[in-house]
Amino acid sequence: MPAHSAGTTTPRDQRKIFGSGLMSVNRRKFLGYLVAAPTLVVVADVGRQAAWGGAEASAAALPSPPQTPEYYEFVDAYRDACVPTNPLLRVEVKEDGRVAFALPRSDNGQGIQTLFAMVIAEEMGIDPSDVDVTLADARPELVFNQLTGGSSTTYSLFTPVRVAAAIAKGALLEAAALALGSEARELETLGLTVTDTAGKAIGFGELSRLAAVPVTTPVEVLLKPQEEFKVLGKSRIKDDARAMVTGAKKFAMDIQVPDALPTVICRAPDLNGFPDGGPSNLDEVRNMPGVTDVAPIGNGIAVRALTFGQAIDGVNALELNWNPGTVAGKNDEDIVEGLRAAELPLVAPAVPGKTLEQELVHYSRNGSALETNCAIVSFKDGKAEVWAPAKSPIAGAKIVSQKLGIGVNDVTFHVVPGGGSFGRRLFNDHVQEASEAAKAIGKPVKLMWDRANDCRQGRVKPLCVTRVRAVVTDDAVASFELRYSGVNMEVDEGLTDVLSSQLIKAPGGNLGVSETFWEISVHTPYNFGVNTRLMVETNYGFNTGSTRNVYGPDTCTARELMIDRIAERLRKDPVEFRTEFVKTDRLRKVIQRAADEADWGKSMPEGMAQGIGVHQEYKCATACVVEIDARPETVNRQVRSGRTGPRVTKVTFVVDPGLLLNPTGFEGQVLGGINDGIANAMTAGLHLENGSFVEASWDNYFYTRQWNTPPEVNVILIEDSEYPEPGGAGEVSVAATMSAVVNAFRRATGVEPEYTPVLHKEPFPEGFTQYPTSPPIPESPRNGLDFTF
Amino acid sequence: MAQHTFNLNGESVTVEADDDVRLLWVIRDLLGVTGPKYGCGINVCKACTSHINGKAFNPCSVSVADISADDEITTIEGLADTVGSDLHPMQEAWIEKDVAQCGYCQPGQIMAAVAKVRQCADEGRKLDDAAIEEIRNICRCGTYNRIREAIYAGAENM
Repeated sequence: MPAHSAGTTTPRDQRKIFGSGLMSVNRRKFLGYLVAAPTLVVVADVGRQAAWGGAEASAAALPSPPQTPEYYEFVDAYRDACVPTNPLLRVEVKEDGRVAFALPRSDNGQGIQTLFAMVIAEEMGIDPSDVDVTLADARPELVFNQLTGGSSTTYSLFTPVRVAAAIAKGALLEAAALALGSEARELETLGLTVTDTAGKAIGFGELSRLAAVPVTTPVEVLLKPQEEFKVLGKSRIKDDARAMVTGAKKFAMDIQVPDALPTVICRAPDLNGFPDGGPSNLDEVRNMPGVTDVAPIGNGIAVRALTFGQAIDGVNALELNWNPGTVAGKNDEDIVEGLRAAELPLVAPAVPGKTLEQELVHYSRNGSALETNCAIVSFKDGKAEVWAPAKSPIAGAKIVSQKLGIGVNDVTFHVVPGGGSFGRRLFNDHVQEASEAAKAIGKPVKLMWDRANDCRQGRVKPLCVTRVRAVVTDDAVASFELRYSGVNMEVDEGLTDVLSSQLIKAPGGNLGVSETFWEISVHTPYNFGVNTRLMVETNYGFNTGSTRNVYGPDTCTARELMIDRIAERLRKDPVEFRTEFVKTDRLRKVIQRAADEADWGKSMPEGMAQGIGVHQEYKCATACVVEIDARPETVNRQVRSGRTGPRVTKVTFVVDPGLLLNPTGFEGQVLGGINDGIANAMTAGLHLENGSFVEASWDNYFYTRQWNTPPEVNVILIEDSEYPEPGGAGEVSVAATMSAVVNAFRRATGVEPEYTPVLHKEPFPEGFTQYPTSPPIPESPRNGLDFTF
Repeated sequence: MAQHTFNLNGESVTVEADDDVRLLWVIRDLLGVTGPKYGCGINVCKACTSHINGKAFNPCSVSVADISADDEITTIEGLADTVGSDLHPMQEAWIEKDVAQCGYCQPGQIMAAVAKVRQCADEGRKLDDAAIEEIRNICRCGTYNRIREAIYAGAENM
């Protein structure tokens, strides 16, 4: 057995320090374990370091007391929740010498598989291409530690995975030292071998067997200093880039599972309507071409067929009556009225002549990814196997076991890379329905939501109303109050458990799940005197979830819009005003950098304007300056059934990301989030009409398209951040962009926004098709050959 | 059920399917070629974009019976072969610019991009932002800016 164990009684100079060179007194040691098996390694974690430093006050600003996210954000809560199970994460050296890690998270385009290959390679001194990072099957023993959301993956796993990798390297060096008759400190990894100074080498594969330990053994380890990083901090293209551009990458619906045939569900016209009795023409539909099975499940009728097209035809042929849905007969304005009535009161009194107040309605947004909800379930002999993109697979496996009446241990749940998520795959709706269908039909199913229902019945970012009231003095802000009243934001069982486990830590100590998320994610990073932010949610029976950044974009937009108004009142430039009143240097730096890079204040033609927005979340500081073109020739552009209107022509986005690990990956996430921010601000809203959403496709729901995307985008990643940990990238750019666009729109048009997206009440563009809700799925056209180019 | 014969990625294939089944499902569900993706089924998202006789089209909106035996259907899987290479220049540009995030829409994006570049060349038009903005393919990850860069880079080598 190698002498890896380093108990507290071991004299300091005899300790084995793996993968880190010489130990220095001021570097922190981490504890992990060598697991009894082939070389399996384990970790423990890690304290917090302040992302924001102390608040600073300028001469005029009235200091505001700290708010929770300034010292404890959702990503902290999540990381804390993972600590007890971090020792169950394994970096493994396989017999062929390659290094493997089953990542207990879900990759839907964030690039986290590539990122963790880099992290492991860095610590082990090898090339990332020699590390195979896969997505772990659901592992119930990980409890909280297999959830993807809130841009928390890198923040929560960076150190634990480094520790595991460092211990693996140390074990290989130790084994090599014995085999080569050298001192471990004279050895280094080279390729997938360990070599000594004389050039003698021994492969990882052989060492892996030699390094195996019969009992699990604790090891202390020092991590590689950041200044020695060779892999991290340099851009690396995604490992599956080639598979993605050749069509080789397999999404759930691309996986061939024996007898798992295409299955689609017939759903109600109303949001959350459900069948009133069974179909009157069941046998007729069962005999349709290609159809193999028709069976009622929880909220509709499942149709299984040889092809998805035939399953869709079967769905549309079903004749049945439907019960009304949960918002039957209602329109958006009915809901808005209720939300206004529920709003929590403002605390500071309005002072005549010194009070600014603003209300914004933020309409529902579609949470669909481009890959619709989908899952494969094969249930045979009391055992289930599941393939699905899933961000909360432990909760998913539990749902499968409940629906099929089997134990969780009889469920094998494969987490498949998803075709986008944006919050949608936090929920296991697809997994639940596929389980129900597999059971009802008695055969394996490949269940996919059709697009129309993914839009109409799928989860949305909730409709909400924000209100801000500020009382200003001659040169400062005496009070700044933010209220948010929304349709309730649902979270899945897995995230509920995480948040519940953290409730006790939140100020107040007895908050509900949503209130906890609010408390640890929303704040006003300015010195505005009495500074309050409160939320209330009301359950109206919508299907909701976060959609790329939970409360951030709407609350940031409410705040930043009001800040522009305050600056105007005080006759100050918006950038200058923010610089003066923002709480931290970290934010001040990104604001100034964005203003410089964007040439803030430059002269622009009539009808064009700049706008700025500032946000901090996910341990990152962000500032965005946009230019918008609201001149008639731009506004009146015609794109067939496309939303045009004022166009964002340039974006300058500055982010202080903390420790930057993969610049091209981070920049990619920022670029995507910018397009989300533009969509939120300008075009992307859902219309609830008579109990169901109007929008049923991508030409209905106006997410950013090529004709909306800014011709010029400049993303600046601060590379010398003082914050030593990696911030979250996935959602980081949405909020500041959305707010900057709304501010620019206001400055360019003179229109005072009352709602977002600001074009929400414009007439639908020419060519807009409003699809019927019955039959539930628009028929596929046959004229595709008329549109070739 | 009728038999349908056409060329798919350089090979003649024969498949049994009802006349009205849309080509996307014939390709994906019956022939197991899964590069073209479902994103809407009504020819608006363009995730299934492939080529018919060298031109971009959307198989979700074409009945299999409307495809003739001498029609050449190319999906993303067959694109590189059309230039006799491991990767088409557009695919290379896509990798180099690190365009794809989730990757779901990207086969369709690349097939549309190749067709747009060819269309501009055939019509003697400049490949510019206005031409690229005619591409209707949606990317919900929001990779549009890198798509533009990759189209310009890929076009250089086409």
